[in-house]
Amino acid sequence: MSKEAVFMQGNQAMAEAAIRGGCKMFFGYPITPSSEVPEYYAQVMVERPEENIVYIQAETECSAFNMIAGAAAAGHRAMTATAGPGFSLGQEAMSYMSAAGLPGVVVQIMRPGPADGEILPAQGDYFQITRGGGHGDYYTLALAPWSIQELVEIMQESFVLAEKYNNPVVVVSDAMLAKLRESVVLPDYTDNEAAPEEKHNTLTGAKGRKRHLITTCGFGAVQWNQFNNDLQKKYAEIAANEKRYESYFMDEDPDIVVVAFGAYSRVCLSGVKMAREAGLKVGMIRPISLWPFPDNAFEGLDGKQFLVCELNAGQMVQDVKLSVKNKDDVHFFGMLGGIVPTPKEICAEIQKVEVK
Amino acid sequence: MKVVYEAPKINTGVPTTYCGGCGHGIINRLIAEIIDEMELKEKAVLLWPIGCSCVNVNTMDIDQLCCLHGRGPASGTGMKRANPDNLVIVYQGDGDMVSEGMAEIMHAAIRGEKFTVIFVNNAIYGMTGAQMAPTTLLGQNASTAPGGRLVVNSGYPVKMAEILAELPGTVYSERVTVNTPANIIKAKKAIKKAFELQMKGEGMTFVEVLSMCPTGWSMSPVKACEWVDSTMTEIFPLGVVKDETEGLKQQEEAAK
Amino acid sequence: MNQVKIDFERCKECGYCIHYCPKKVLVKGDKINKKGYFAAEVAAPEACIACGTCARVCPDVCISVYKDVE
Repeated sequence: MSKEAVFMQGNQAMAEAAIRGGCKMFFGYPITPSSEVPEYYAQVMVERPEENIVYIQAETECSAFNMIAGAAAAGHRAMTATAGPGFSLGQEAMSYMSAAGLPGVVVQIMRPGPADGEILPAQGDYFQITRGGGHGDYYTLALAPWSIQELVEIMQESFVLAEKYNNPVVVVSDAMLAKLRESVVLPDYTDNEAAPEEKHNTLTGAKGRKRHLITTCGFGAVQWNQFNNDLQKKYAEIAANEKRYESYFMDEDPDIVVVAFGAYSRVCLSGVKMAREAGLKVGMIRPISLWPFPDNAFEGLDGKQFLVCELNAGQMVQDVKLSVKNKDDVHFFGMLGGIVPTPKEICAEIQKVEVK
Repeated sequence: MKVVYEAPKINTGVPTTYCGGCGHGIINRLIAEIIDEMELKEKAVLLWPIGCSCVNVNTMDIDQLCCLHGRGPASGTGMKRANPDNLVIVYQGDGDMVSEGMAEIMHAAIRGEKFTVIFVNNAIYGMTGAQMAPTTLLGQNASTAPGGRLVVNSGYPVKMAEILAELPGTVYSERVTVNTPANIIKAKKAIKKAFELQMKGEGMTFVEVLSMCPTGWSMSPVKACEWVDSTMTEIFPLGVVKDETEGLKQQEEAAK
Repeated sequence: MNQVKIDFERCKECGYCIHYCPKKVLVKGDKINKKGYFAAEVAAPEACIACGTCARVCPDVCISVYKDVE
């Protein structure tokens, strides 16, 4: 497989990476800014029959998420890509898949809400993604890449992680990362997938074994209490193992720490560099796992000032406040509606922060 | 002594949670008998709805998936498309299919998904306490239609066997019931035919089963059986609504 | 003699087997099972023709039927 970089759109590169990662089943509903992903799968189904793609355009996102659940229960990798309104429709199924131990992978390409909103970059679905947008005590592992290169690698890894933990994984993108084109080295085809019958509790027909059952109905308080305690153990294991972040200039003991995620963090990093050129001691922390939130990135940073930059009204900032000793040291710069501040504007915000 | 009848082999012996006289009990048993007779235990996956039936997961020794309310045809799509050789049985009730899951069942039929749908129509919501279903008859009493269903609020009962038969993706649609010994035999024939068509690679196959709900209808079980004949079948006539089997056979011959 | 066996504890007193038996072999019993039902019981075993109808109308898989082949 060639290791040459190609110039590719985020959505399309992600779809190609997923196909090479063994995900041959895509169930989706067109919604901007995610539609290139189902289109890519549909095209590959027709043009590259050797890939054995199953692309079903579901009637609604609600149905698509449940199709993923069925395919995952049958032991096959399956995914969808959607945006805020569609992800909202799938929340019952997210709760279901997490409880049922089904390793579905969902790409959430955020756009500004609430409601129908716009089709521009946004990060206003952070709460929905990290707090468990559906009902009940559950979590999904959520990973937010910032470049197409990181996106394609995380895309392939998400299937492995979903199967490792028997839990859905959300790959967090946004309209910016989805639509931009840049240089990417596409990952190779993987062979890290077990056969359906070898996977955890799959429904492939009770051949030579006891029947498998997947149910999320409670059978009384004692049983349901135990079921939930077991789920919490699963989430604790994910939380212990999957916190991820990157830091920039943090070894220089900066006074101000910008915190940002996703493609927008690249804009913020440019702003950080501008502020450094202006003489300020600034660094940046970029959470990659949104859940579990990498609170460990903030250890030993007491006394610094944090500027959380998000394309929303203030969501990740709450997790940053929980991660530091003094929440008064945490400042926020938000932007709504799909407007993306320039590095200059971010630099100006950094310069406003009073260093103690 | 020759065995005339014994419990299906795939039955685990765990008793059902159904009320006495519930049609679900007979329908579940027929499915188990057919899986035994067709030796499909190792291929069968049963998808349960949300309703009275889904707490009976421990009664049969086959793979099972409890789906979200109404989403059986969607989960079944994922499952059958993933493993086309499995016998995928999508079991649904009236609230599950005709209300919550109307989009899912329609589009499964539109796409011609190659699984079998067993639709248990008892014209009421049993599990949640006898509320009105989309298939509740006009004038039939329900907790959310006290005094009887009215057109002005709730429209007319929905005839799924006919609606789905209109869609080209449905290759077989029949309405049966389980209220008498003779009707039980016909119901079993219909379900078996549906399974046979599925194993031949045809789809979608649909069997609507009018089912007794003595508790929901506030009747004794035997009276409930009579009510099916006297009242339900007037609105939901029994019989084959669509059968493409001959057409499919001809296609097979032509292809040879 | 043909045999009908009814699982006493499984029966929910729906009455189908009694109602549909063509030979009036079965009746509602006078003993209550653990679920609180008067389970059906065989009253006239000699009349049984082993048609299997009782077993095939039973929603609870309570009934087994055997034919005397001598």
